[in-house]
Amino acid sequence: METVVVGVDNSDASTRAVEFAVERARHNDWKVVLVHVVPWSPYSFQTASENEHRHREKERELAAATEQVLVPMARIAEDGGVPHTEVVRHGKPSDTITDVARETGAVHVIVGRTGDGGLREAVFGSVASRLVQHAHLPVTVVP
Amino acid sequence: MNPVDLFTRFSDWLTGLVFYSVDVGGATLPLIVVWLVVAGAFFTVWLGFMQVRGPKLSIDLVRGRYSDPDDAGEVTHFQALATAVSGTVGLGNIAGVAIAISLGGPGATFWMILAGLLGMATKMAECMMGVRYRREHADGSVSGGPMYYLRDGLAARGMGGLGKVLAVLFALFMIGGAVGGGNMFQSNQATAQIIAVTGGEDSYIADVPWVVGLVFAGLAGAVIIGGIKSIARVTEKIVPFMAGLYIVACLVVLVWNVGAVPEAFGSILTGAFSPEGVAGGAVGALIVGFQRAAFSNEAGLGSASVAHSAVKTKEPATEGFVAMLEPFIDTVVICTMTALTIVITGAYTNPDASELGGVALTSDAFATVLPWFPNVLALAVVLFAFSTMISWSYYGMKATGYLFGDNVVAENTFKVVFLVFTVVGSAAALGPVINFSDSAIFLMSLPNLVGLYLMAPEIRGVIRSYFDRVQKGEVTQVPQPTR
Repeated sequence: METVVVGVDNSDASTRAVEFAVERARHNDWKVVLVHVVPWSPYSFQTASENEHRHREKERELAAATEQVLVPMARIAEDGGVPHTEVVRHGKPSDTITDVARETGAVHVIVGRTGDGGLREAVFGSVASRLVQHAHLPVTVVP
Repeated sequence: MNPVDLFTRFSDWLTGLVFYSVDVGGATLPLIVVWLVVAGAFFTVWLGFMQVRGPKLSIDLVRGRYSDPDDAGEVTHFQALATAVSGTVGLGNIAGVAIAISLGGPGATFWMILAGLLGMATKMAECMMGVRYRREHADGSVSGGPMYYLRDGLAARGMGGLGKVLAVLFALFMIGGAVGGGNMFQSNQATAQIIAVTGGEDSYIADVPWVVGLVFAGLAGAVIIGGIKSIARVTEKIVPFMAGLYIVACLVVLVWNVGAVPEAFGSILTGAFSPEGVAGGAVGALIVGFQRAAFSNEAGLGSASVAHSAVKTKEPATEGFVAMLEPFIDTVVICTMTALTIVITGAYTNPDASELGGVALTSDAFATVLPWFPNVLALAVVLFAFSTMISWSYYGMKATGYLFGDNVVAENTFKVVFLVFTVVGSAAALGPVINFSDSAIFLMSLPNLVGLYLMAPEIRGVIRSYFDRVQKGEVTQVPQPTR
């Protein structure tokens, strides 16, 4: 059974990407790994009090991501009757998605064309375009 | 006797005590500077010259080469270092250096760099101990700093009573330092800058400087009481940018006068050993150089240890190596940049240097090449001052938390007092209060360094055993992605 990684967030495109992936997975007998990345950089500048409470904040971000993103996305896979696992991590989204693909031995990455990044995406480009340019494995971008 | 007189007398007494000076060949040498520099020299030798052997490891740690990938989202070495540096870099780097060179000549730069290099060892010791004895609370938040290692570290060596006393003294001095040097002095100098660029004595705020203090207090209050993180975040992002811009501006001045660079280095070296026209000769240059470095990088005071202890690591020694970079960035890089700019442009030879004061002298040096830069410098001074205030309000709050068992009422009372003094600091020069706050900041080094000396064997054990394990390849590095 081959594994595909689906990068997910709060956007509609992400929902369509999961639906597409689940559909293919059912036909091709794939396993899906749903990955959500909380944007985070090890080189950001923070105040001392932010640092003090960082661990608690991280836990809160992970819980929120699981509840608001991964649970609804996992339900789509569940309803489609496809084996699935969920991963949530902090990091740079495009790099972290390929890291997870490497770790899980995935053969394919599927993402939505636009994410929920808003202005950040408009200025720095979307996760999808970064993946297309830098990933070490085939990437499908769902419109 | 009214309370103001009483306070003035107390402040004068304290200042006389903390800055007790002896006369060395015609120059005044404050013993507290000797205390800090001797500590730097001691830990340099005691820890085995880690300033020379350790920088590669320090940089690898900051780059995350040894970070556990599962710790993504936690406080990294880079973030802990950046937070500590933004609390340290400030007026000392701009104003303090100018004062040093106007008093001690170009040669003071040499001694300042040497003191900065020695300070790296003290910083390494205190920040490693901060992580080693930090408290992790149930919700995963951490409290660390000299209060904790003085109390618990000395207790572990059977000196619990002394440890408790030193810890309480340290916390009290840190509150004093936070309110004074970390707050009033900053707001005072920032206000002076704002008045200077808006027209000096003719400025529309020259008569009402407290308005600036009120704005500062309002912004700081929004951060520390209102929990409006965005203001602090914006500051934290602008400050490194300003520091970068400052270094670039220094380089522009240096490149513009590139022909004078060898001569400047020459005058720094000859001035270090045989200066002309400096009170006290070489010793005089040495004293001001050492003094400015100690005042700027805060090594030995213990304040940075509080900020560094939030890092996510299982090895306390790692943060020692990372913290070592702080005096290097602050003193060896930024202070030296200021010094070179002032020496090359000859701004320090201005006969009115002592009246002009530090920031104006640096400002003049830049204006010779970049006429518009004084305005940017004023903005940088204000931002540096604000970020230093935010950092010290945190240090003061942690000290209050230590003394009153994290009592919320006590912490909030401290915050209100802190903000009141922000306004007071802007309104007047208040010599005694400024003296008092400087004294309190340097008093922190007494309990802190006594504790570090007593725990020196333990400090050396932890640092050396980690360094040896790294040398032998026993510490796992993160595999670097191949792309």
